[in-house]
This record gives sequence, structure tokens and C-alpha cells, in this order.
Amino acid sequence: MRRREVFVESVGVIGPGFANWREFETVLGGSNPLPSTWALTTSPPCLPANERRRAGLPVRLALAVGQQAVAAAGRDPATLATVFSSSGGDGDNCHALCEALAGDDRQISPTRFHNSVHNAPSGYWGIAMGATASSTSVCAYDASFSAGLLEAAVQVEGSGNPCLLVAYDVPYPFPMSRCRDLGGVLAIALVLVPGPGERTRNQLTLGFGRGACTEMEHPDLERLRRHIPAARGLPLLQALTHSEPSRVVLEYLDPLRLIVEVCQCPSTVAG
Amino acid sequence: MEPLLISHFTVTSCLGSGLAPTLDALRLGSSGLAPCRFEAVDLETYVGEVAGLEDRPLAAGWSEFDCRNNRLARQGLEQDGFAEAVRDAVRRLGPGRVGVFLGTSTSGILQTELAYRRRGPDGRMPEDFHYRGTHNTFSVAAFVRSYFRLEGPALVVSSACSSSAKAYGSAARMIRCGLIDAALVGGVDSLCLTTLYGFHALELLSRQPCRPFDGERDGISVGEAAAFSLLERLPREVEADALLLLGIGESSDAYHMSAPHPEGVGARRAMESALAAAGILPREIDYVNLHGTGTRSNDAAEAKAVWEVFGERVSCNSTKGATGHALGAAGAVEAAISLLALRHGLIPGSVGTRCVDPAFALDYRLDGESRPMRRVLSNSFGFGGSNCSLVFGRAG
Repeated sequence: MRRREVFVESVGVIGPGFANWREFETVLGGSNPLPSTWALTTSPPCLPANERRRAGLPVRLALAVGQQAVAAAGRDPATLATVFSSSGGDGDNCHALCEALAGDDRQISPTRFHNSVHNAPSGYWGIAMGATASSTSVCAYDASFSAGLLEAAVQVEGSGNPCLLVAYDVPYPFPMSRCRDLGGVLAIALVLVPGPGERTRNQLTLGFGRGACTEMEHPDLERLRRHIPAARGLPLLQALTHSEPSRVVLEYLDPLRLIVEVCQCPSTVAG
Repeated sequence: MEPLLISHFTVTSCLGSGLAPTLDALRLGSSGLAPCRFEAVDLETYVGEVAGLEDRPLAAGWSEFDCRNNRLARQGLEQDGFAEAVRDAVRRLGPGRVGVFLGTSTSGILQTELAYRRRGPDGRMPEDFHYRGTHNTFSVAAFVRSYFRLEGPALVVSSACSSSAKAYGSAARMIRCGLIDAALVGGVDSLCLTTLYGFHALELLSRQPCRPFDGERDGISVGEAAAFSLLERLPREVEADALLLLGIGESSDAYHMSAPHPEGVGARRAMESALAAAGILPREIDYVNLHGTGTRSNDAAEAKAVWEVFGERVSCNSTKGATGHALGAAGAVEAAISLLALRHGLIPGSVGTRCVDPAFALDYRLDGESRPMRRVLSNSFGFGGSNCSLVFGRAG
């Protein structure tokens, strides 16, 4: 089977105990426990006031993490293609709609309805960034991170243009939380490009394989990996920091795993 | 892009199950829209409902997937020998070399809506509610992958009403880069309260059967459908009547969550990109199957965009007056209608449209017409400003 090669220019990450890539690196290097409760406090300044008021947590999370990666890559978001990947979308909004529709009057707010689409973060990103390039929004249940990474990598190869991947998940409220425990809030963003350049930090080689998924060394990060679909990508982020070439096995659709070989680009100075 | 072969395709909608009743309805100019009697919905509107799904549960082995959306998927797969064609492809290529790329907007959310009514005194969901197989956005692809025991890559694209058109893009890229040899691609979306009451809240639901591009159009009629294609690498030799996917163009409006860019800028770019990907000029397109939902703003924006790309040279219209708007499945439905148009040399009529909006400078066809065609373009545009155009053609 042929393998795909792409290069990583930058990373964004937001989760409990780390608000960006630098803080995540610090968590990786230590053994301190992560906070068990946590809330996203940042609101993306890029959103116009009207949209900021309407946007739910998944939108704010996806935009914040996407902005981190785009800023670190020094890319113009207006022309950057995007792939948004999420297993559950906006659980709070879904709950509010289902609750209203289960009642007698069934009147729902138009804003709730347009926020219910799986591509809401993509739409808000477009408005905030003036991003007019192609954008897709995908889902593959627990394999959503790998499916998004694969989609983005294949797009980069096919188009020869860079692509921003944003993978995010937020938990459902009760009662859906009892049917689908998403375990927390987490988002990862990567700017992927077709070839090496001044800013490329890692080369990724993607292929399918089998075997046990790579686990996180930090026990709390491993707990996140197991419970949040977007966090299934954390082992890739861990490998991005390794100075030696390494190989990570990411959850994908049974019986397949996504195998990613990671190496540092020669021109990259660590950090 | 290199053309890909569409070796089989099928569509199930309110017009009927499979290609034959669909073609008959398109030839006769009949509509599948009827006054809404769906569930307990108390809205004055018309819907395109696929009859009988309530009475056809999935077989016991698939109970975790049993919901209206997956029943509709199963019914669609079992038409026109499509399931057998997929099994044949799996035998030829291997279960790991056939991918699944489907579009849906609401997946099996009706199941969740109904379960919310049956919550226990403690507020818990009923025990028989299966989130993974019915509610999750991926559930329809998980069902189809399981139905054919596939072991290759799979993905659901959920970008509202462009979902299943964009699924063609994901599938084509994956074949082109060599990770798979064939793809089961398409879309499934089914009636639910979220979309009916949601479009009602946005005041986009027509009280009459929708009238695309009509001067008196006043909104959409929601439909449901399952439509699939088997997409394969192009063999060295193909018959002249072989059907091909020639080009895909995608863009974003960056304008508004639920309204299109008023000048149709994103729509125009999607069409131009699709033509460029196919390596053809606008005048080489024989017919455009419009997104044509029947809302004031959608049709006006699309009319501007089509005029800017094609002028008045290309025959175009919308078939949503016949099928209703199947939302996330609309792109796949209209891909199937475009393929029928190419195969049978048929421009379908625009059912429901009485008098084209005089503000539109287009060769908009109210009536159907028989005419040999070589290339057809199909538009799909969705919430969030997500645009996708597909170009299909005959090999010879």
C-alpha cells in the first residue's frame, strides 16, 4: 500500500491544564496531575460581536485552537483550506433542541438550528477569517481524529496546498452524557503542508496498519486519550517533540489503525 | 483531475425506490411532495417522504443501527443491484480497498428526538436508545461499512446541504492517492423534527410544494433520500456510454451561517473550480442541475452565480420540486439525476415552477426535454456557506 507524506508547520492544542502548545509541552515533560474540572475561558477575538454571542463552546474552542496553529505558522487564514473533525459536535445545542422538540410547543430558536449543523465551526471560521477556500467537516465516531488527519493529508497531497486540521470534542450534558461519555474538552490543530520549508518542524508518513494504539506516558493524558475522540491524536503530538524518529499507532476504524512515522525536519531548531 | 468511473448508481426518494420509478417520474414531470403527515408534526408544509420505512425495521443482527436513517440507507442500497455490485467490487478488490464516504446532515437524530419523549422519571434516556448506531453523525457510514463487512477507510462528511456532494470529493481524493481502489459514495438524510421545525423557525419552509426559481417562490419543501454511487479507478478501455465523475469544485462563502452570499461569490467559485478540475470550458456543459431550493435568497444568489459563469447559454433548472430538498443527501440525489440525464439524454422538467423569476437572466427550463448530452454540472450549497459543484460526463 502506498503511504502519504506531509509536513507539519505548526500545532495548536487546548485541553484541561494546557491552553496552548507550549503549556502542553510542559505537561508532557512532567508528571503533575491535570485539573479534573476546567473551562475554556478564551473567546476568539476574531469573531464579530454578533457571531461571538451566538457561538457555542465547540465553535469558540475550534476557532481558538485553529488560530493558535495558523498564527504559529504565519499563514493567511483567508486562503487556507480547512478540515474540521469532531465526533459529537455541539452536545449542549443538540440537547436543547431535542428537549424543546420533545415538549408540546416545539418552538426552537433559528440560531440553535443553524448552530446544530456539524459544520458550524467551519462556517464561523469562514466568517471570522474571511476564509473562502474549501472547508470540510467530518466525523468517524472514535476514529474522528485519524479520519480528519487522513482527509487533510490527502487534500494536501492532491492539491499541493496547505491545509489546517482542527479536531475538537466537548462533552454531552445529561441525559446524553450517559449514552455517550466524551470525558472532557479537547482540541488539536495542525497546519499541514506538502513539502519541507523554513517553518516545517516535522515530516509525517501516514499508512494503514494494525496493532495496539500508542499510549500517552503521562497518566492523565492517557486518560484523556481514552475518553475523548479528539484526544486520540495526543500520541502524535507527543511524538512531534521527540528528537529521534518515532512511530505512533493511532485509533482508526477496526481493524485498521493509522500508522504515523514522525521525524524532525533537519532545519528545525527544537522548541 | 483524472476522471473516475461511476460503475453503478442508485437513488431512493419520494419519487420511488430505484432508478426506474425515478426516471419515470422525471419524464412525466410528477412530484413526490405531499402535505406533511410525518410523525406528530403540526406544520403546514409539504414533504417528500419515502413511504413505509416505519414498517421495515432492520434485521435482528443490525438492531443497534435500527433507525429511520439507516432503514432508508438499507432500502437505497438494495435497489438496482447496487448491493450486489458493491459485493462484487469487494470480491475483486478486497474488503480493505473499498472505502465508504457518505454525506448526512442529521443522521439518525429522529431516534433521539423520539427517545427524549420517552425519558424516565429520573430524566434518563430509554435503555433501547443506541447512540453509536443511530445518533452519531458517523452512524450511517458505520452501518454501511458493517452491512458489506468492509475493512477500508470510511468517513461521513456533514456540511449541511453540501454534505453528499463533498463526499464525492473525499472519495475521489482517496482513490487518486492510491489508498483505495473503489468507493461507495453518496448520501442519506431522513425526515426529523429538527429540520422541519428548524427551517420553520428560519421562515424558510414553504406552505405549498416548493417552486424553485419561480418569481413567487416562498421556501423549501423538506425531503428524504438515499443515493449511492460506486466510484472506481478508470479502466484503460471503457464503453462510450460509461458515466464518469470529471470534476469537483469546493469553496466557502465566509459570509453568514444560514444565508448565502447575496452575489453568489462562493457558488461561482465552486462552479469555476469544478470546470477547471474537469479541464473544460463553461460552454462544454449541456445542463446544470441547480441547487435551486426555492427560498428567495438561495435562488437569487445561485441565479447570479450561474449567469456569471455561463451567461444564458446553458440549460438549467432545479429538480427539488419533484424530490423535495433532501438536505445532506441532496448532492447525491442530484448526482444520480445528473447521471440519469446523461444516460438517457433527458433534461428533467422543473416541477412546481410556474413562472421563472423575471429578474433571472438564465435559460431556465420549465419543461423536460430529450436531447443527447455529454456533460452535466450539479450544484450543492449549504449552511455555513459550504459550496460544492460536481461535473459528470459520458466517456464518448
